[in-house]
Amino acid sequence: MDRTRKIRVLIAKPGLDSHDRGAKVVARALRDAGMEVIYTGLRQTPEQIVETALQEDVDVIGLSILSGAHKTQFPRIMQLLKDQELTDIMVFAGGIIPQEDVADMKRLGIKEIFGPGTPTEDIIGYVMKNLPKRN
Amino acid sequence: MFDKERIAEIKKEKERWEQTTLQDWTKQCNERKEDFRNTSNVSIERLYTPEDVSSLDYIHDIGFPGEYPFLRGVHATMYRGRLWTMRQFSGFGTAVQTNQRFKYLLKEGETGLSIAFDYPTIMGYDSDHPMGQGEVGICGVAIASLRDMEVLLDGIPLDKVTTSMTINGPAAMLLAMYVAVGDQQGVPRGNLGGTTQNDNLKEYFAQKLCIYPPKPAVKLTTDIIEYCTKHLPRWNPISISGYHIREAGSSAVQELAFTIYDGITYVESTMKRGLNVDDFAQRLSFFFASHNDFFEEVAKFRAARRIWARLMKERFHVKNPRSMWMRMHVQTSGCTLTAQQPLNNVTRTTIQALAAVVGGTQSLHTNSFDEALALPSENAVRVALRTQQIVAHESGAAQTIDPLAGAYYIEALTNKMEEKTFEYIRRIDEMGGAIVAIEKGFFQKEIADSAYKYQREIEEMKRTIVGVNDYKIEKEETPIELLRVDPKVEKEQLASLHEFKQERNKKKVEEVLGKLRRSAEKNENLMPVIIESVKAYATLGEICEELRQVYGEYKELIII
Amino acid sequence: MTKAEEIAKGIFAGNRRSIARAITIIENDEPEAHELIARVYPHIGKAHIIGLTGAGGAGKSTLIEKLVKEYRRRKMKVGIVAVDPTSPFSGGAFLGDRIRMQELSTDSEVFIRSMASRSHLGGIARATKDAVRILDAAGKDIVIVETVGAGQSEVEIIKVAQTIVVVHAPGLGDEIQAIKAGIMEIADIFVVNKADRENADKAVIDIQSNLQMNSKESLWKPPVLKTTALTGEGIPELVEKIEEHRCFLEGDPECRKISMRARAEAELVEAIREKVTSSLIEELKKTGRFDELIHEIMERKIDPASAAQRLLGKRVENET
Repeated sequence: MDRTRKIRVLIAKPGLDSHDRGAKVVARALRDAGMEVIYTGLRQTPEQIVETALQEDVDVIGLSILSGAHKTQFPRIMQLLKDQELTDIMVFAGGIIPQEDVADMKRLGIKEIFGPGTPTEDIIGYVMKNLPKRN
Repeated sequence: MFDKERIAEIKKEKERWEQTTLQDWTKQCNERKEDFRNTSNVSIERLYTPEDVSSLDYIHDIGFPGEYPFLRGVHATMYRGRLWTMRQFSGFGTAVQTNQRFKYLLKEGETGLSIAFDYPTIMGYDSDHPMGQGEVGICGVAIASLRDMEVLLDGIPLDKVTTSMTINGPAAMLLAMYVAVGDQQGVPRGNLGGTTQNDNLKEYFAQKLCIYPPKPAVKLTTDIIEYCTKHLPRWNPISISGYHIREAGSSAVQELAFTIYDGITYVESTMKRGLNVDDFAQRLSFFFASHNDFFEEVAKFRAARRIWARLMKERFHVKNPRSMWMRMHVQTSGCTLTAQQPLNNVTRTTIQALAAVVGGTQSLHTNSFDEALALPSENAVRVALRTQQIVAHESGAAQTIDPLAGAYYIEALTNKMEEKTFEYIRRIDEMGGAIVAIEKGFFQKEIADSAYKYQREIEEMKRTIVGVNDYKIEKEETPIELLRVDPKVEKEQLASLHEFKQERNKKKVEEVLGKLRRSAEKNENLMPVIIESVKAYATLGEICEELRQVYGEYKELIII
Repeated sequence: MTKAEEIAKGIFAGNRRSIARAITIIENDEPEAHELIARVYPHIGKAHIIGLTGAGGAGKSTLIEKLVKEYRRRKMKVGIVAVDPTSPFSGGAFLGDRIRMQELSTDSEVFIRSMASRSHLGGIARATKDAVRILDAAGKDIVIVETVGAGQSEVEIIKVAQTIVVVHAPGLGDEIQAIKAGIMEIADIFVVNKADRENADKAVIDIQSNLQMNSKESLWKPPVLKTTALTGEGIPELVEKIEEHRCFLEGDPECRKISMRARAEAELVEAIREKVTSSLIEELKKTGRFDELIHEIMERKIDPASAAQRLLGKRVENET
């Protein structure tokens, strides 16, 4: 059976932020790099994001937010992932997240923040290199 | 513009030049690239000569400002008569804070207001809606009811100041609130001046702030156009927008073509109501971006005017020349600004502002240099305003009308933009119009492909973004103080909203909402009943929810 | 307890994590896959499996969302498997079917899984089948398989279903031709969605006359329904029709037995074929002759079919 394991990534846009150009470009780049990308569209609640990650059994979650609401959305998402025992999923984020907030976001468990201007190659490289071993 | 013989001579001379001087030079020093292209995929020539514009007739194709085809400008004196409106988009936090920012900007020389609303407001939710958690007052001002609008406009004379409101889905509700405040101030409705963006079509493929599905959304847009035509003659009911299309990643010509097509669609939908096109066309306004390729942008703005004039004349047969005017507001591009070495953004914004002015805009917003990091701080927004003032008073750009007319490159490029735009118009016509194109994902695919291509060009070093993929510095410093919206704002807004909801006459609210629903079901123009609803202090969320029940909610079609 | 046993236990209890992990295991053909399916198989049979397909733009996703909401109103548990094509160039896939169903994500009795077709023509059908079985064993009353109805692989996928619903919409261009022949023949119910559009009635008539022309003798006459998924109109009627078809399938015990037997035989043959093929190819690759023949094919000294004959012939020789 030639069904090789694929990296499954969920690209999610939490909250009301409607800027999806970056999320879509990243989704497409990841697909072109051979990954299976689930993109759930705009205006997702933390509950929807985590439940989707669970059902789709993803390896990676990429959160995109440009509205400044990351300080409310990200803690809730990370907490829900903990509650659902999904902490082995790699979570990264992108968008507009001020430098001074990065340390806090990483403390929540977000592995890396890819700010404006990050080449998609870097994101792909990071995911490939740091793919979590799922149990 | 040039006689045939002379053109033939120029052609020969150019060939001679290519075979001698040019060839000698390129033996020593080759050109930097094989092919120089702009975002609209036009291959840019090494140089332009009269040969490239030989088919142009000055009187017919270029003409005079204030006259058909309006290429050189919609007004006869342009900036020699009156400078463009310097209108900085602003808003954050509570109505009180934004009211203070408005007063600051007016004091510093801003000549018109432009309101940015927060996400919950834009989506037609009250500040206390669960989806709004963490979003209240962050990207704009929170307005949940007429009460908030009263605070926002406190001390601002609505008969002297014009206001632009960037609002689409709930545009009718916010306009109703503005009208209500005008009534309170005793300003006759006929004197209220401003704009509501109210361009719902572009939401489906660009800005994505859709509440209702396309058909009811276009109905609401048309309700506003119709109402303003009859009752608010100084109000621009719509700002047909290309800015967001461009920010979503389209090329310059896609921005131009899709915006103009949206305009065509709204003209058609309003005419279907039985209105004569000359009754409302004068108040249709447009909104474009201004990007870094100075020449492409100037060509775009000029082409826009001539294309619209031609369409109004030949497709819609308007009688009044004023119906052919394309009046535009321009905002310098946000997506071109970088988080890296942010002071470079002042330079970018300046080029973009100059392009808009040389292109003949009626109104301009310049972005602040910290735009890629946060909402603008007071200092940054002042620099942005000063940029406009320097262009206005120190650069000479406002001394003569349409200064680049006749430049071979500019006129050739303007023609090209027009040609490509009409191609798109033909294609979309054949598809069945804008709504069908949206359902088929046509615009979405064009934009997604352009956005992806742009990113690939950057990553393959075919396109340089200074500070990002080249000319980088090791350690970025952020000495700039960034604006941070105080998290207390949300708490304050929620508390005040809660109090407000208790204080009002709930029965009256219920009654008027019922009236609204019945009116919606009967497919009537909803503006009058919406004005009644806001005056009864129904909240924004309550009014929008009532309509959600009737129209349903939109679910997006994703194309990456 | 083996891993497979643990996961199976979770599936029977309706545990979403177990369901998700199980589907990944069978998708990737992990070592536990075989045991997992073995444990799950005896527990299937409760769910009614619906295949839903149709050209892009027909409004399938909106229709599914409304359909599922109707099932939920009737307190039924639903599983959805949405299949999208893998890019032949990159091997990646964009799985975007959930978008219009996202409201259902947080309903604990609804499970949605997106699957990419990956490499093999036959492989995705088997993986989809297994995913459906897992959802069935997890206690779902309804399992919906959604594909974009186009090529042969989509026909294979959709055969997983007991009731196949084909969705069309007026104005998609080419009207009836938009529904490819293969799909036409296996459809149990036709739906003309966006029925508020102008040519909806014409589309219904087109499909009906096409059916009459091609009608084979069969007891079930595929009906053509109209829906407007956006408003929910026609959805309860669709649910009723699907239920009617289910009864039809179960009702006539002879018919049911025949179709069940046919299905079981087809599945056994397919399973044998898969196992035989992969183990045979493995074996043949180990012989030196395999690589030699590849070179000969590249040099155009032999065509692939004859080369296969040689390999297999040699194998038979060796056995006798």
